Amino acid sequence: MSSKIFKNAAEALQGITDDMTIIFGGFGLCGLPENCIAEIVKKEIKGLTCISNNAGVDDFGLGLLLKKRQIKKMIASYVGENAEFERQLLHGELEVELIPQGTLAERCRASTAGIPAFFTPAGYGTEVAEGKETREFNGKMYLLEQRFYADFSIVKAWKGDTNGNLIYRAATRNFNLPMAGAGKITIAEVEELVPAGELDPDQIHTPGIFVKRIFQGEKYEKRIEKVTVRSRE
Amino acid sequence: MLDKNGIAKRISKELKDGYYVNLGIGIPTLVANYVPEGIQVTFQSENGLLGMGPFPFEGEEDADVINAGKQTVTMLPGGVYFDSATSFAMIRGEHVDLTVLGAMEVSETGDIANWKIPGKMVKGMGGAMDLVASAKNIIVAMQHVNKAGESKLLPKCTLPLTGIGCVKKIVTELAYLEVTKDGFKLLERAPGVSTEQIKNATLGKLIIDGEIPEMQL
Repeated sequence: MSSKIFKNAAEALQGITDDMTIIFGGFGLCGLPENCIAEIVKKEIKGLTCISNNAGVDDFGLGLLLKKRQIKKMIASYVGENAEFERQLLHGELEVELIPQGTLAERCRASTAGIPAFFTPAGYGTEVAEGKETREFNGKMYLLEQRFYADFSIVKAWKGDTNGNLIYRAATRNFNLPMAGAGKITIAEVEELVPAGELDPDQIHTPGIFVKRIFQGEKYEKRIEKVTVRSRE
Repeated sequence: MLDKNGIAKRISKELKDGYYVNLGIGIPTLVANYVPEGIQVTFQSENGLLGMGPFPFEGEEDADVINAGKQTVTMLPGGVYFDSATSFAMIRGEHVDLTVLGAMEVSETGDIANWKIPGKMVKGMGGAMDLVASAKNIIVAMQHVNKAGESKLLPKCTLPLTGIGCVKKIVTELAYLEVTKDGFKLLERAPGVSTEQIKNATLGKLIIDGEIPEMQL
């Protein structure tokens, strides 16, 4: 019988090789597929084109892949937290495509949904629009943006079941949800994997049809990028 | 002259009851501390929160609950989490009433530059391009001049643009201005600041129409 369940990151990542294009969920360090990232570092897979909102920090998230020079090209919307990224970029050691965050989210959603392209106003009149088709709709200008074609999509959820259904917690929905299904193969790592039937069908965020492989992450550091608190007075 | 909190306080007077508001990183975030009494404002954070509350109490930080600036925050009762595609549907679909963000330069025609200094600094645009392309109402919170003492209110932006013809209002440490089709219109002076000071710090076309009142905070 077919099964989507994998034992760990090493097994779930079978078939990922050098020079592939991979989509990674998460926003900043929130909702990152930590176990898969760690395993890709371990496997020393190189020449990757990574699509993710951010590039991690110097010693966590995709920053770990950057440090090991495993990323050839980074497609992201905001990379301001990573000094190594900025260094590699300014020295021409890394190809980078910076795109508006909403455009990134919609390009992922379009990839999942089989929409080849769409018009958005974001970036009109800026260098983002260079070389792209523009068109006026109802008196406003828009530019044509295209979906991604990625080999793998790697997302992280809170709970998942053996059918691949996913539930995210709090603000970790972020890019994980539109990215689930965006690659040819979607791998989901979850904090807790339960038998099908245990999750309430009314509460599932990502239907299992979008997820080809699922495993329970060994551990989650869930690092916080900026701890901000208030006093109790 | 206003400090950062003063700028935020002045902007907060533009909040209206029932507004959905997106606050950018930096000074704009401070606006949340000065919501006028008696009105309800809902804060949207583009990473997927609507109804965002204050920072958590020490020891109650949750790695899964952050804002777009990657700071730990809390959710108010009645709030909702959602994914990034839904978040930008709110933004692009013009469901957000007010956007407050920082800028490196603003032009007299309302162009804004805030994401890149070629050859020096590349942080990326994040959600700023989506926000400025679709917001009905954009207020820029920034310093009037940069660290080198050069005006940030220009005839034309010199840095790569984030959006064109989109900025409606600007609040700086010196003044409150409106972007009109004829240029920057001075609406209010910051406490203790003269019209002359504002004129000297503004490189773009500045419209001074009669006596300019001092800001009431």
